Amino acid sequence: MTKMSGAKALIESLEQQNVEVIFGILGGAILPVYDALCGNEKIRHILARHEQGAAHAAEGYARASGRVGVCLATSGPGATNLVTGIANAYMDSSPMVAITGQVPSTGVNSSYMIGRDAFQEADIIGITTPITKHNYQPRTIAEIQPMVNAAFYIASTGRQGPVLIDMPKNVQSDIAEVELGITDKVEARGYRPALEPDLAKISEAANLLAEAVEPLILAGGGIISSNASDELTQMSDLLIAPVATTFMGKGAFPECHPLSVGCIGMHGNPAANRLIGEADVLLAVGTRFSDRATANLDTFAPNAKKIHIDVDAAEIGKNIEVDVPIVGDAKVSLKLLNAAVSKKLPKMKVSAWSKRVKEAKEQLSPLLKDRPKDLVPKALLIELRKLLPENTIVTTEVGQNQMWSALYFQALKPRTFISSGGLGTMGFGFPAAIGAKVACPDNPVVDIAGDGSFIMTEQELACSVNEKIPVTVIVLNNSVLGMVAQWQRQLYNRRYMAVNLGKTPDFVKLAEAYGAQGLRATSIEELQKAVKTALKSEVTTVIDVPIGSEHDVVPFVPPGCGLPQQRGDY
Amino acid sequence: METGKTKIISVLVENKPGVLHGVSNLFRRRNFNIESITVGPSVHVDISRMTITVNGDEKTLEQVVKQLAKLIDVLKVEELEEGHFVMRELALIKVKVATPKDRSDIINCVDVFRGRIIDVAIDSLTVEITGTPDKLDAFLNLMQTTGVIELARTGITALARGAKTVRVDE
Repeated sequence: MTKMSGAKALIESLEQQNVEVIFGILGGAILPVYDALCGNEKIRHILARHEQGAAHAAEGYARASGRVGVCLATSGPGATNLVTGIANAYMDSSPMVAITGQVPSTGVNSSYMIGRDAFQEADIIGITTPITKHNYQPRTIAEIQPMVNAAFYIASTGRQGPVLIDMPKNVQSDIAEVELGITDKVEARGYRPALEPDLAKISEAANLLAEAVEPLILAGGGIISSNASDELTQMSDLLIAPVATTFMGKGAFPECHPLSVGCIGMHGNPAANRLIGEADVLLAVGTRFSDRATANLDTFAPNAKKIHIDVDAAEIGKNIEVDVPIVGDAKVSLKLLNAAVSKKLPKMKVSAWSKRVKEAKEQLSPLLKDRPKDLVPKALLIELRKLLPENTIVTTEVGQNQMWSALYFQALKPRTFISSGGLGTMGFGFPAAIGAKVACPDNPVVDIAGDGSFIMTEQELACSVNEKIPVTVIVLNNSVLGMVAQWQRQLYNRRYMAVNLGKTPDFVKLAEAYGAQGLRATSIEELQKAVKTALKSEVTTVIDVPIGSEHDVVPFVPPGCGLPQQRGDY
Repeated sequence: METGKTKIISVLVENKPGVLHGVSNLFRRRNFNIESITVGPSVHVDISRMTITVNGDEKTLEQVVKQLAKLIDVLKVEELEEGHFVMRELALIKVKVATPKDRSDIINCVDVFRGRIIDVAIDSLTVEITGTPDKLDAFLNLMQTTGVIELARTGITALARGAKTVRVDE
């Protein structure tokens, strides 16, 4: 037993979870925790300039490293500013622990403060209930370590996600005898993630796959979070099955692989969208069949028997009916399934289906079509892949920049393509890039941005410059909120409303104002030069790339249509 | 608004602050239709039992059970199987009494329905009645002739029959 403050107990508990970095902003109700962090040599604190930036940076860190990202904020507005970042992590199933200050649970003038609308009080437990896996508010110092242990366990296991710990100020500052130790025992008896799949279902799935003539694998973000890319590749090799990914699964399978057919979805690769409609058996792993991925469900893989592996039982049967449901971890389940399939299969030969896959890719894949000479988005992204080393981590903002990246920028490894898929949060990419760079300091990190998105969290330039976290931001600058402008152009008869950004800031000067490097590229040659300069730079670089305001992301599955109804030249 | 079947779900939860909020929040967020919810202690002091009546199609009900099971403070969720459970609801009904005949009519009805009169005033009677929701509905219907002043119903509480139980394994 040692005498210590609740704040100290919190920091020591975080140390025991091997937390090496916290992204945060302080404030009145979290001061005792910051005081306990003062002089700490094990945990690096990175000062964001807005709590949303701190939360996205923690998620970028988590998704690049596979470890739990930690963000920290004060009560009231500090906590509510985290909300977008927490919701983003929830939608994309990223492991995160968010810690907030709270007004004291006991007050000077009364026995309690919480609930009296105290200064900077917000009910963050109530607010985050629907966007966290779980949340905690310790009322005694003794509760702190068990709650921290449980928070990290819940955040990082099963279907990963954010957990919030709300720390009343008196619980931080009070001193008590506490017993701290690494405890494996986690007090969350209602939480039992199902990792081991039902073997009967595995064998049922193996039978289907062994008999499949035109199998197709759909890989979701679950492959990346359970580190199952090797098992996925083995399965694809075994079956000689093409692999499509969801947007969140981008990077789960090397997109340069002959059997990769790209992302499915509204702006998916036409080869993937076409082939999924032709498959007779669909093996979907770690995906929730989101509306943007499947489009109209009536025409989604209509001929296929469907096998669905997911660690979250509630995802099975939620959006589509499946023939073989398998609840389990993607890696564990795929290992078992690989073993079961390999016993049943004769040596696979190149079949009519593999010829069809090759032919579909040649006819339909946007990447195999001509690269334009001008610096249009497609040319930029194809060129960028050539310029960036294989270990580069790319983040994106949200909108056209994101969908062009999905179509034209090949992700070669898991955890090297990080984007806001579910929530679609503009402003995610830049702080996420900062977090990814902290996680992987030896990898180049590039945020593919649009001008509209970048402006939403551009203040984190101050963070990246001061904390010496150099990343590269490539701004596809069209002075317009491009994706919604495209919808107004195509679906609202060119009635443009509130999409024109007018005179956007000079991004070169903006970067320089923060002490970062600003460059501009107006041709492929200038882009090559700028990217090379940026990769060598010790300070964050913003590359402004002016593009026309009327480029569309094509092809496009209009809302309500099915994947085969994709339209537009590309 | 009834769109499908009505089902009764028995849920064992941690007896902690905020758990009811988590459960009701889930129903609102996922657009599930809750008809009634009752909460009270279970055999264990640290575990509460919620009995939730929901209305929806098979797919929705399956999602209700799965989504509830995902909540960390939910220890056990089970849909009570039709015909294999007992259920009761309690209603307190304040009925208008205009004439002495009203009074005797009401008392007769209460006897037939095996209810009890728990408060008597000059111009009203308060009746306690327990049973299935159908029985309560039938009684209420009879009372409409004289007039119902106030009504409080508890919602359904239920247990599986006989050897079948919904409990947390130790």
